[in-house]
Amino acid sequence: MRIKGKGLVDRSDPVTFRFDGRSYDGFAGDTVASALLANDVKLMGRSFKYHRPRGVLTAGSEEPNALITVGAGASAEPNVRATTQEIYEGLEVRSQNAWPSLDLDALAVNNLFAPLLGAGFYYKTFMWPKAFWERVYEPVIRRAAGLGGLSGQPNPDTYERAFAFCDVLVIGAGPAGLMAALTAARAGADVIIADEDARPGGRLNAELLEVDGELGHVWAARAVAELESMSNVRVMSRTTVTGAYDQGTFGALERVNQHRGGRSDGAPLECFWRIVTKHSILAAGAIERPIAFQNNDRPGIMTAGAVRAYLNRWGVSPGRAVTVFTNNNDAYRTAQDMVAAGVRVAAVIDSRADVRSTGEFPVYRGAQVCNSNGGKELESISIIVNGKSEKIQTDCLAMSGGWNPTVHLTCHMNSRPTWRADIQAFVPTEGAVPGMSTAGACRGTFSTHGCLTEGAAAAREVLAALGKKVSDTALPQAEDAPYNLAPLWAVAGKGRAWLDFQNDVCVKDVKQAAVENFRSVEHMKRYTTQGMATDQGKNSNVAALAVLADATGRGIPQTGTTTFRPPYSPVAIAAMGAGAQGKGFAPQRFTTSHRASVAAGAPMIEAGLWYRPSYFPKPGEKTWRQSCDREVNHVRNAVGICDVSTLGKIDIQGPDAAALLDFVYINTFSTLKVGRVRYGLMLREDGTVLDDGTCARLGATRFVMTTTTAAAGTVMRHLEFVAQCLRPEWQVAMTSTTEQWAQFAVAGPKSRELLNGLLDAPIDNDNWPFMACGEVSVLGVGGRLFRISFSGEHAYEIAVPARYGEALFRELVARAEGLGGGAYGMEALNVLRIEKGFITHSEIHGRTTAYDVGMGRMISATKDCIGKVMAARPGLVVKDRERLVGFKPIGAVKQLSAGAHVFAAGAQASRENDQGYITSVGFSPSFGAYIGLGFVKSGPERYGEVMRAVDHLHELEVEVEICPPVFVDPEGRRARG
Amino acid sequence: MAKLKARMPCEEMLPFTFGTVKLDETNLGVMTSVMALGEDAALSSALSDAHGVGFPKANRTLGNAGGPRCIWFGQRQAMLIGPAPDDRLQVYAALVDQSDGWCAVTVEGEDVEHVLERLVPVDLRRMHFKRGHTARTQLGHISASITRTGSQAFLILVFRSMAASLVHELSQAMRAVASRRGNG
Amino acid sequence: MRLDCPICGNRDRREFYYQGDAVMLERPAPDAGAAAWDGYLHLRANLAGETRDLWQHEAGCGAWLVVTRNTVTHAIHTVELASAVKEALR
Repeated sequence: MRIKGKGLVDRSDPVTFRFDGRSYDGFAGDTVASALLANDVKLMGRSFKYHRPRGVLTAGSEEPNALITVGAGASAEPNVRATTQEIYEGLEVRSQNAWPSLDLDALAVNNLFAPLLGAGFYYKTFMWPKAFWERVYEPVIRRAAGLGGLSGQPNPDTYERAFAFCDVLVIGAGPAGLMAALTAARAGADVIIADEDARPGGRLNAELLEVDGELGHVWAARAVAELESMSNVRVMSRTTVTGAYDQGTFGALERVNQHRGGRSDGAPLECFWRIVTKHSILAAGAIERPIAFQNNDRPGIMTAGAVRAYLNRWGVSPGRAVTVFTNNNDAYRTAQDMVAAGVRVAAVIDSRADVRSTGEFPVYRGAQVCNSNGGKELESISIIVNGKSEKIQTDCLAMSGGWNPTVHLTCHMNSRPTWRADIQAFVPTEGAVPGMSTAGACRGTFSTHGCLTEGAAAAREVLAALGKKVSDTALPQAEDAPYNLAPLWAVAGKGRAWLDFQNDVCVKDVKQAAVENFRSVEHMKRYTTQGMATDQGKNSNVAALAVLADATGRGIPQTGTTTFRPPYSPVAIAAMGAGAQGKGFAPQRFTTSHRASVAAGAPMIEAGLWYRPSYFPKPGEKTWRQSCDREVNHVRNAVGICDVSTLGKIDIQGPDAAALLDFVYINTFSTLKVGRVRYGLMLREDGTVLDDGTCARLGATRFVMTTTTAAAGTVMRHLEFVAQCLRPEWQVAMTSTTEQWAQFAVAGPKSRELLNGLLDAPIDNDNWPFMACGEVSVLGVGGRLFRISFSGEHAYEIAVPARYGEALFRELVARAEGLGGGAYGMEALNVLRIEKGFITHSEIHGRTTAYDVGMGRMISATKDCIGKVMAARPGLVVKDRERLVGFKPIGAVKQLSAGAHVFAAGAQASRENDQGYITSVGFSPSFGAYIGLGFVKSGPERYGEVMRAVDHLHELEVEVEICPPVFVDPEGRRARG
Repeated sequence: MAKLKARMPCEEMLPFTFGTVKLDETNLGVMTSVMALGEDAALSSALSDAHGVGFPKANRTLGNAGGPRCIWFGQRQAMLIGPAPDDRLQVYAALVDQSDGWCAVTVEGEDVEHVLERLVPVDLRRMHFKRGHTARTQLGHISASITRTGSQAFLILVFRSMAASLVHELSQAMRAVASRRGNG
Repeated sequence: MRLDCPICGNRDRREFYYQGDAVMLERPAPDAGAAAWDGYLHLRANLAGETRDLWQHEAGCGAWLVVTRNTVTHAIHTVELASAVKEALR
């Protein structure tokens, strides 16, 4: 019921929204919860397990009951708290966990089976027959119990992430936070103040308390306006600081557009911030706790502070005859504010006998509420006073078991909170998070004056640490009422008394856990599910462990709390992973020939971050194999062009450049002549092959190293490691030039003929022999030419500055086609190198040594190098190691597959009989058959042996002959021709 | 004889504007990696003598747009921009032509800091990151060099092959920032 | 997590590559024997507490760093240039 003249909602701005298909009116500034209460809708959800009817319990992000699904279709968002979702024109929300409707929920039948569904029921009740768990019980339970569901469709919403920096982060914009921010900001500090609410001010917006002679919310709005006007301050409303992390890093979720419909294209729904700060001031406030009594979960029963907040902030009375049940003096404010607003207060039930409280309402001292009555809405409560039972008619019970400081963030870095007996609550432990101080209710100080004082004091400490002059900010005048309470966690009695509303955990469940010896608070939590799901026990943790403490005969501090972990409130995975979807997942690297390759119809495949052409289909070719075979034949018989720019290129210079190469390669480079290229193999220090490639000497002190595409980054890091960590005394400098040069393989018997049509000075076998390199002029552009071959053919790699890459590629391909050749892709490249027995990372896969790949003798005897000592270990050089060989199918099955393991002919294909495996296969048009490379125990000694190759995944078994790994031109004549 | 046509890394992708922020490619001309070998001070004075800009301190640049510029680029490494490097520098440094290795864009406008704070994990606000400041860091997942060139302008360099990803990342952030402005 | 790079300043962990124990700086002589090499390459104390590790500021200045930190408290004690630490060892 809306109360005239009350609340901070904008009565001039009516808003219509829909709940479960029905239209309701509210005002700008309303939440779904306040607007529904204004429309006298109390039933907002069904409970997790028993499908009990539930109304709103709180007025904030701690809400356990009123969870709704916002929106429809793919972008529907489940488990949104009705207490935080602001309404806007056209908003559509639905209740959850109810079928066919919230009012008539068929699964409310679960409530009748409650005796079977107590603590740990799924560990006990659904045990037999065993096979039923996965197929029957679990699916049924999952359907019956639960929260909202995801749409099952890709989320079309946009999320973003951002980084922010400041001197001081103030978490929470209640009186303590605002005072801290004002004090720090006025002294010139770089301040961020974040608050989860749309309207900063904290409890000042929910109370009628005055600050400096004006209503608290007016003072708060003025403070926010001042902060927003300052260039050294960032005010972040609708922003929940969700986690405290190392070195002053905080995570924060900003709900950018959750409060409005009709977002424009590209507008984010939420933004996940990473805030880095030197200091933080936690002013997160406190959360009121319920009292457990029989049927305390009925719609209409709320926390006292929430009832007050609905009245003062939203101008809504949740009932017409309000009762208050409290163990402390704070809840009297609810009764007073209600009376002042003209709402009837039927009674205040105070569990304390020795208080002298009075008001314009009946007060029952030393009394307790022991039951609630009604259907889906509260109609009356039963109380016990002086040993006698009494019934009071009421449609809204405001309960308060005291306040729990919101200590969560102080525990995110492994600190435990400290128990304070005087307020019967946990408070932050000093120094819990480096650089963090706490102020106000979150450290157990509940008066407005106390909050303002502590906020200012915390800021002054930060300013001193920052070396900033403290300005004289007068402390505003405010109430300083004491906070008195006597502990009351659960009212004794039969029946179910709820502790954790969200997970349907009652007092008896916690007691049962203790009886079954789940006495540790962490065990109790898992056994009962108390404190799980979206509210993470914000309302129930302390009461639950108080009940556990009582049941186990320990004190509360000895019982301890469960671990508070980030996030403070739920964060969508989409928000945390913002920016990393689709193209943002990883950068894409495109070669200069990319557009030309795509235009030629080549399917592009990923090679690390790079995209490379798989093959170049021609008209009439129906399969990739036809294209691949043609491209292989081009290279073997005419000339082929392939973009090899993705291979890593590292320019290495300095007086010690040759020494560095001698140290990282197993073979020697200091003896390499200028203008020559040499193949090199690198090991890891443990003796395993790291990478291979060619290295060219461009000058006395200058080399260009080539790495494989896959290991370019790894090799660069390795070289920097060697230069900085092992040999810092060496004068050597290196940088990647992978991107500077567009480099193309020109391979085949007609390669020189092709090149001589492009080069400004022609080459021949004498001035450009095999493994020569140097500078050339290509159609007037300065470039580099390397006579190297990864195909075994007479071949070159020609490089030009990348801006000319596309033009040169098109020119090369056109000329190659004129000579009966053309472009070739990765498939053909792979076949060509397999035919020659050249290794790639399929073979040097992190477990093979130089010896294994047949290069053991390349390890120089006359110098030290990385990996040399360990490569000499006996186990790494024994003959029966799995060593590189070739494979040819010789039986009826002609297909080979990489990944197949090989076994002796006639031996069973089992792990113990394993003799090796196939790493690379390809169809060789030169042979007209599949060929493969791989490793076999004592490989080179078994040439000619016929073995079984078995691939369990592809269900393929092939008779293979072990052969030398070089299938084409074993003497290497073609490359030299 | 045919001539090879040059192509810029962001050709056909830029410029564009979202909200108050404009993104365009910047042609920096000759770029040379200058990596100190030996005495840093000697290299710096050789650079000054030859090109009028010394070797910058870490996280700083020397010179201005248009004239010779030296942007710090890493440990004992700077990028000389503008002139072809003087041969005498080879005594003190390893010189490597990088004119084609990097894609350079300028992003500028009132909300430019808000755009970059969505992508870069470094505090680029004017009070901390002034004109002449530079950082080697990441933009999204892309390794980048970021330099403030004006009160509302930054020069960003990434590997040439990642030009499309750079443009994608920046355009997403620019759209998101522009949308907030639209919300008033 | 953040590290104070001696060259670039305070930076987010995402810019750094983690290698492992800083004992990697102390490469044994080729003839130091199997035990020395085993210790260098494989044996790690894996203590809960203070560790001394090699990191590289890969997305920043490229410098290799020796980071002394506490794996229990997550405190970072020192961040030094690995090249300087290695020179001091010689």
